[in-house]
Amino acid sequence: MSVLVYCEHSGGKFKKSTYEVVSYAAEIAAKTNTSLTAISIGEVSSDELQSLSKFGASKILHVGNDRLKQFVNMAYGAVIADAAKAEGSKIIVLSASFTGKGLAPRIAVKLEAGLADSAIALPDTSTGFTVRKTAFSGKAYADVSITSDIKVITLVPNSYKVVEKPGEASVVPFESNVSDHAFTVMVKDIIRAADKILLPEAELVVSAGRGLKGPENWGMIEELAALLGAATACSKPVSDAHWRPHSEHVGQTGISIKPNLYIAIGISGAIQHLAGVSASKTIVVINKDPEAPFFKAADYGIVGDAFEVVPKLIESIKKLKSVNA
Amino acid sequence: MRILVCISNVPDTTSKINFSPDNKEVVTAGIQYIINPYDEIALTRALELTEGSGGTVTVINVGEASTEPTIRKALAIGATDAIRVNAAPRDAWFVAKQISIIAAEGKYDLILTGRESIDYNGAQVAAMIGELLDIPSVSICKSLKPEGDGVIIEREIEGGKEVITTPLPVVVSATEGMAEPRIPNMRGIMSARTKPLQVVEAQNVPQLSEIKNYDKPKPRGQVTLVPADEVDKLVDLLHTEAKAF
Ligand SMILES: Cc1cc2nc3c(=O)[nH]c(=O)nc-3n(C[C@H](O)[C@H](O)[C@H](O)COP(=O)(O)OP(=O)(O)OC[C@H]3O[C@@H](n4cnc5c(N)ncnc54)[C@H](O)[C@@H]3O)c2cc1C
Ligand SMILES: Nc1ncnc2c1ncn2[C@@H]1O[C@H](COP(=O)(O)O)[C@@H](O)[C@H]1O
Repeated sequence: MSVLVYCEHSGGKFKKSTYEVVSYAAEIAAKTNTSLTAISIGEVSSDELQSLSKFGASKILHVGNDRLKQFVNMAYGAVIADAAKAEGSKIIVLSASFTGKGLAPRIAVKLEAGLADSAIALPDTSTGFTVRKTAFSGKAYADVSITSDIKVITLVPNSYKVVEKPGEASVVPFESNVSDHAFTVMVKDIIRAADKILLPEAELVVSAGRGLKGPENWGMIEELAALLGAATACSKPVSDAHWRPHSEHVGQTGISIKPNLYIAIGISGAIQHLAGVSASKTIVVINKDPEAPFFKAADYGIVGDAFEVVPKLIESIKKLKSVNA
Repeated sequence: MRILVCISNVPDTTSKINFSPDNKEVVTAGIQYIINPYDEIALTRALELTEGSGGTVTVINVGEASTEPTIRKALAIGATDAIRVNAAPRDAWFVAKQISIIAAEGKYDLILTGRESIDYNGAQVAAMIGELLDIPSVSICKSLKPEGDGVIIEREIEGGKEVITTPLPVVVSATEGMAEPRIPNMRGIMSARTKPLQVVEAQNVPQLSEIKNYDKPKPRGQVTLVPADEVDKLVDLLHTEAKAF
């Protein structure tokens, strides 16, 4: 038995969402009276691997095979499915990250498992096995009952708090034979802004729209974000006009996020924009138009000119930080 | 090149979604159905890739007869022909299984899907088809170009992108950036009426999951407005009341 959790890393460091899925999977293991096995693939130090024991993993499988250094969903899916078989795992948990979304369906097919994607809460095991997920682009929830013997779940980032659960764990090498044709897919390049807070995982997000008039005015947005330790985001017309990179675009056609705090500056609050941000815990809107639809979806708001309000906001937060320092 | 594009029939982005009194079903009355926006991107890219090179673009939908207007729209945009698998799309696994059966017979070079359907947002179908056919799949891609005997793809990752090459056949799921969706013109609409739309019956597959219940997020309370010259007050509320930082 045991629950199996896939631990994604970026450059050898586990992501925040990894600790979330491990904590989540540990709780499922406790609920179903079994243990938690973690699996990680690629170059990760033994200290980093060992750190998973602090979050409830009692066995840590490490796949160090050189051919598996780069993520290829076909090959990684085969390895994780093999590990699930070897461990007799009935429940396999992954993050609903870009990587998890390309990987989980392949594992589910290999194991003939039902897949609950984009879970936002622990499964309800009182009658059967039901997982709550978001549907209709944030407008609804659907409770999905998985009826197969083996179950695969992907968890939305920022949906489950990281919980420490210290215990003993051993790191065990794991080998699996992946057929050659899984390696016909080649990763040529990875282009990523270094040292940036990853938007899908960010707790705090500062976002701006067409109300900012042009890319030259993003200095104050970046300053506010840096001050808060927040990620930056933008509306679709802003990335379409190349004022900001496409990776910052949130909404229906962009990224869906679920931060603790979302500050929307000069964004009107179109339904397609809200689709990607309405799951945020607290929403603050700064807009000069009191009729902007975003105020109806906000917790706090200021009706005012961003070019006056944002610099004041920066000063005020600096003041707060210096008092609390 | 022979391309298969998977299209799903979804409520228009701006639709209000309502459920039956027992919360077990979506109320479909009054909802305008459209081609899933990401599938439109995939379809447009497929047309761009075959134009001038003599390829074909087949669209496939797993759905009941009520989805035919959506399929006709895809034909009007420019698809060569269409297949409808006559069954309600129970879950992603069911859909992927039906499509993979047809794809295996049709010997397609490229199978395109949207990044996710905007109703259930599963992002499952593409990678499932890949696994069922034992061929590569790349999910959430913003660019797709022929290169040598295969394709070069840009896949979205957190904070950036990954550049990937793969031989054909391959399944690719499309997101923003791969193409600008086209609007059908009059000639397209006229010719769509006579383009072939083949209806096939679904194969039996075991059921692995089922939606038991729907619910809606709790509405937010009334917004607290803070005057523009009292920014300190907003910061205080965010710090002490919302505990946001
Ligand atoms: C199929 C489809 C998918 C879409 N997907 C997305 C998506 O994923 N994400 C997305 O964001 N949009 C999406 N859109 C577009 C969406 O409908 C809106 O057009 C878009 O969100 C508007 O962006 P905006 O709020 O930045 O610009 P606008 O709507 O132009 O709003 C600018 C706002 O700034 C305010 N403003 C102006 N000057 C100032 C100032 N000095 N100070 C303060 N406020 C000021 C204005 O009052 C206004 O409310 C989609 C549309 C379609 C049809
Ligand atoms: N019923 C369906 N018929 C054909 N294709 C579908 C269907 N449902 C989903 N798809 C395809 O699979 C993609 C991803 O859907 P999903 O996995 O449901 O989010 C969609 O963008 C479509 O391309």
